[in-house]
Amino acid sequence: MAEVVVFYIFAALILGFAVLVITAKSTVHSVLYLVADFLCVAALYVVLEAQFLAVIQVMVYAGGIVVLYLFVVMLVNLKRPPELHIDPRRLGRLGTVMALAVFGELVAIGTYGWLKPSGFDGTLDPKNIEQVGRALYTDYLVPFEVASVLLLVAMIGAIVLAKRET
Amino acid sequence: MMTQTHFLVLSAALFMIGIIGVMTRRNIIIVLMSMELMLNAVNINLIAFSRQLGDVTGQVFAVFVICVAAAEAAVGLGIILAFYRNKETINIDEMNLMRW
Amino acid sequence: MIEAVVFPLIKIVIVLAAVLTTVMYIVLLERKVQAWVQVRLGPMRVGPHGVLQPLADVLKLFVKEDITPVLADKWVFTAAPIIVLVPALIAFAVIPFASNEMKLFGLPISGRIADVNVGLLYVVSVASLGIYGIILGGWSSNSKYPLIASLRASAQLISYEIAVTMTLVTVIMLAGTLSMVGIVDAQAKQGMWFAFMQPVAFFIYFVGGLAETNRAPFDLPEAEQELVAGFHTEYSGMRFAFYFLAEYANMIVVSAVATTLFFGGWLQPFPNVSWLSWLGIVPGWIWFCTKTFVFLYVFLWVRATFPRYRYDQLMRLGWKWLIPLAILNVVVTGFLKVLL
Repeated sequence: MAEVVVFYIFAALILGFAVLVITAKSTVHSVLYLVADFLCVAALYVVLEAQFLAVIQVMVYAGGIVVLYLFVVMLVNLKRPPELHIDPRRLGRLGTVMALAVFGELVAIGTYGWLKPSGFDGTLDPKNIEQVGRALYTDYLVPFEVASVLLLVAMIGAIVLAKRET
Repeated sequence: MMTQTHFLVLSAALFMIGIIGVMTRRNIIIVLMSMELMLNAVNINLIAFSRQLGDVTGQVFAVFVICVAAAEAAVGLGIILAFYRNKETINIDEMNLMRW
Repeated sequence: MIEAVVFPLIKIVIVLAAVLTTVMYIVLLERKVQAWVQVRLGPMRVGPHGVLQPLADVLKLFVKEDITPVLADKWVFTAAPIIVLVPALIAFAVIPFASNEMKLFGLPISGRIADVNVGLLYVVSVASLGIYGIILGGWSSNSKYPLIASLRASAQLISYEIAVTMTLVTVIMLAGTLSMVGIVDAQAKQGMWFAFMQPVAFFIYFVGGLAETNRAPFDLPEAEQELVAGFHTEYSGMRFAFYFLAEYANMIVVSAVATTLFFGGWLQPFPNVSWLSWLGIVPGWIWFCTKTFVFLYVFLWVRATFPRYRYDQLMRLGWKWLIPLAILNVVVTGFLKVLL
């Protein structure tokens, strides 16, 4: 019972902050709403018994990636905001049809779930981080090493791209 | 009573909000942030399924998604900075150097 | 049910009151210690030997006029001090102050607010959220000195965060668990505190902690001679008090975490030496407070002793010396753990 209430509160916060991210006028406010969104998602991960992912979400996403966004927003702080005119090539009718299709899909998911409710069959080990560590280093070792090389390449690439030509 | 459908609908709705952000906003930084919203929706989905099936593979996959999102954000923002230095704009309508 | 809600609430109130009182008196102690190092006396007027000086400071900050710059972003300007203070205070939720089983009037209570199985990562992630308050404080003031200072301070923080996290990896390797309570128990089981098994990690953690809290010799972003007052130039009154509080609360967090990870938390020293067994009478939380206080004193001592680093020297130290040293430490510890 308490879990459902907590889920609805955090779901409302997540969707609310997400809408604020895409509709805020000032870019810095958008970034702040994104941080709040990520913190609510981390809280939802704790409800889902994924404590390691929750802490990684706060540390890497909210504490690292969004700080990077904030730095870039402050470095490109323009005086005139970019959205000044309506794009004449916007396809309003096609957009409405697609939105209705998506809405129909969501209703279909909800109805299917209501007709055949699937509970939670499996149980997760409470020693969550041991399990994740074991899986990362035995079954998924190759993707782990590839991910580390990817991060190294991305780091070097970002430094080269953002360097000033002296 | 908590079912899997709650998390699936939440993840789908968050993904849709991300797509709307990518398609309607002109500021390229907001476009990149909407892509982060989409990746988060995928993560919620993965972890909800990991809990339903009792398998920790979903969480391992979510860790890799976070790694890739970090790499993509770094490189994407580097490109934006390099572009801004040359053309003084972050409006994606004006980023048309390759068009004749 | 009632133990799950009421006891943690009481503990939270006690911990917050203790932290805030300690912050006020650390401010006074800093002025006194700096004064004695410089062969003068420090605040002596308010109360006997200046003991009531913190009350005067709090009263002054309360009644000061609250100025907001005209062109500042009001919403963010108000939120930034709160964003800087909250992570400093919530990090105390996982620190073990005393042993796990204690009895108070016959009721079992544990010596910490919460035992999270990823406790150490929680402290690191909460510390990385504190950067926002600094960046936003500088940006929202809409003036050039705070902006430059906040960018410098946040760049310094994120650089030293990497070295600090690497040293925590070696502690985790030795303890085998991420929970703070588990780390103290591992030190009790191995009979030796981790500071003696990992001196390099302790040294890097302490230097990184000095840089993370913007304390001397790494306090260029907020030095008075450099950029007026750094990122809190435009703040006055209660908002400045929040920034001030947050800096000293961060100092206490770094000292408390160093005590827990490297110096055995609430454990007594020399538990195996029989003629020192009278030390066991002293309760665990007094040991914890004493050790934390020793580290806080070292913070103040270092401020009075060393000259300030220039910004490029600071960044060079973090990136070119501490991070490779920390990574080397991880590799060597891994080797030794497998071989021994």
